[in-house]
Amino acid sequence: MTTGNEKKPERRVYLDYIATTPVLPEVLEAMLPYFSDVYGNPQSFHSWGDEPGEAIEKAREQVASLVDGSPDEIVFTSTGSEANNLAVKGLAQGQIGKGKHIIVSAIEHFSVLNAARTLEKAGFELTVVPVGKYGLVDPDEVARNIREDTILVSVMHANGEVGTIQPIAEISKRVKEAGVLFHTDAVASTGNVPVNLNELGVDALSLAANQFYGPKGAAALWVRKRTRLIPLMDGGVQEGGRRPGTENVPAIVGLGKAAELAIRDMPSRMTKLSQLRDRLINGLLTAVDHTILTGHPTQRLPHHASFCVEFIEGEAMLLLLNSQGIAASSGSACTSRALKASHVLIAMGLPHEIAQGSLLFSLGIGNNEGDIDYVVEKMPPIVDRLRQMSPLYAKFIKEKRG
Amino acid sequence: MPMYSGKVMDHFMNPRNVGEIKDADGIGEVGNPVCGDMMTFFIKVKDNRLEDVKFQTFGCGAAVAVSSMTSEMAKGKTLEEAVKITPSLVAQELEGLPKNKYHCSNLGAQALQKAIRDYAQKKGITIEGLEEEKGEGDEEGE
Repeated sequence: MTTGNEKKPERRVYLDYIATTPVLPEVLEAMLPYFSDVYGNPQSFHSWGDEPGEAIEKAREQVASLVDGSPDEIVFTSTGSEANNLAVKGLAQGQIGKGKHIIVSAIEHFSVLNAARTLEKAGFELTVVPVGKYGLVDPDEVARNIREDTILVSVMHANGEVGTIQPIAEISKRVKEAGVLFHTDAVASTGNVPVNLNELGVDALSLAANQFYGPKGAAALWVRKRTRLIPLMDGGVQEGGRRPGTENVPAIVGLGKAAELAIRDMPSRMTKLSQLRDRLINGLLTAVDHTILTGHPTQRLPHHASFCVEFIEGEAMLLLLNSQGIAASSGSACTSRALKASHVLIAMGLPHEIAQGSLLFSLGIGNNEGDIDYVVEKMPPIVDRLRQMSPLYAKFIKEKRG
Repeated sequence: MPMYSGKVMDHFMNPRNVGEIKDADGIGEVGNPVCGDMMTFFIKVKDNRLEDVKFQTFGCGAAVAVSSMTSEMAKGKTLEEAVKITPSLVAQELEGLPKNKYHCSNLGAQALQKAIRDYAQKKGITIEGLEEEKGEGDEEGE
């Protein structure tokens, strides 16, 4: 990108780990042989297929351990979006004899929300349950909406835009009482916070490697044994016929290795990141007035700090932050290709002009206190500069003066 | 990241004519927060020429750059010349805009036109080429 007056930033600070994490060196190292020497197809009936086949099964065990599941319940997919599509469409279509009603929350990722809407167009009935101001789904609200013909409920574990962690165990309890299948999109949480599917009480759970230092293109859906799941694609016997197509062996190996490391390092990562997150939240709320924290103040991802900065727009902030070497993201209308403000922020009841000031920092193991202090130092002049241009801010100041 | 031209980035990083004219002869306000951008243009007219043009903008990088470029193009022009500034001329001067940012260029020219219309109405004059008022800010790109 050119800026016209290019100057090298003093520091480069990546705070967009929710978009994707880097791949850890140990993960890359584990993957490399499967791009070259160990190239066989796991399904082949000759010795070339043995080693990749074993590698996939090892990864299956590693991923199962991460969520406390059984290896034969893991279905490898290419992305979290695919896992969510497979769960929503595959579970709903598998239950079609029992009913046609599906429930999802208003702040689901589009891979769940739009999969449900696609089903709606195909004749299913959809209820979208609202969330409160912190982005929490009320378990009673879910229970109230369950009908005789409800076949599937899908509520995400943690929201990637506002960081709120849902009371999944409480929701699943109500859903299971009604004998309905329950899926949770745990893409943003798995590998970052403890995710135990038995404690959560779910029937299906999506996860993705690039949220916890594994490669892009590697994800999984865990589905409880003996649960009927219709595949999205038709093809061969891979993944028990639930996800046909030649396995992406290096990516799956990388996912497995990343899962193993996540189990080992999760406590230390969580301690470090939640401290940095709190430093950023406190620092920014102090340094920049008329800024609100979005999402739940305490029930949130340890590596997630999201805000709305009033009177200015998110994309403009991102451009100026980038010019200072800082990577963040935003849910403003201008940053979305559809030019619509984040459905998550709107569902939480934020007015459009506030949602336009959305700014999200997601932290990772590469960050340190110096990074956070740098951001807290660079933000006030960026905000000030944009506010000096803003007609909304000018109005606010005039009204304040009376 | 949007693929902005060097010219867009220059006008975003170093916007020209930001601010308010206290005793403006015309003011034009367009846009709304739902579509994402709001612009206010202030003009000062002397001897039928735009002696000064300033703006305030709430919006993305493209919106700021469009405001800045529009103000620069308008400054010093006669009113008749200024009303001929179209969104596509602004976009052209900015060496293009990403497709989903075209609507931002509409807002710049609209805000300027609205400020000139405001001036014309106050003065009770007609300006050749000045369009009738229409619903502003509802031209959603493409």
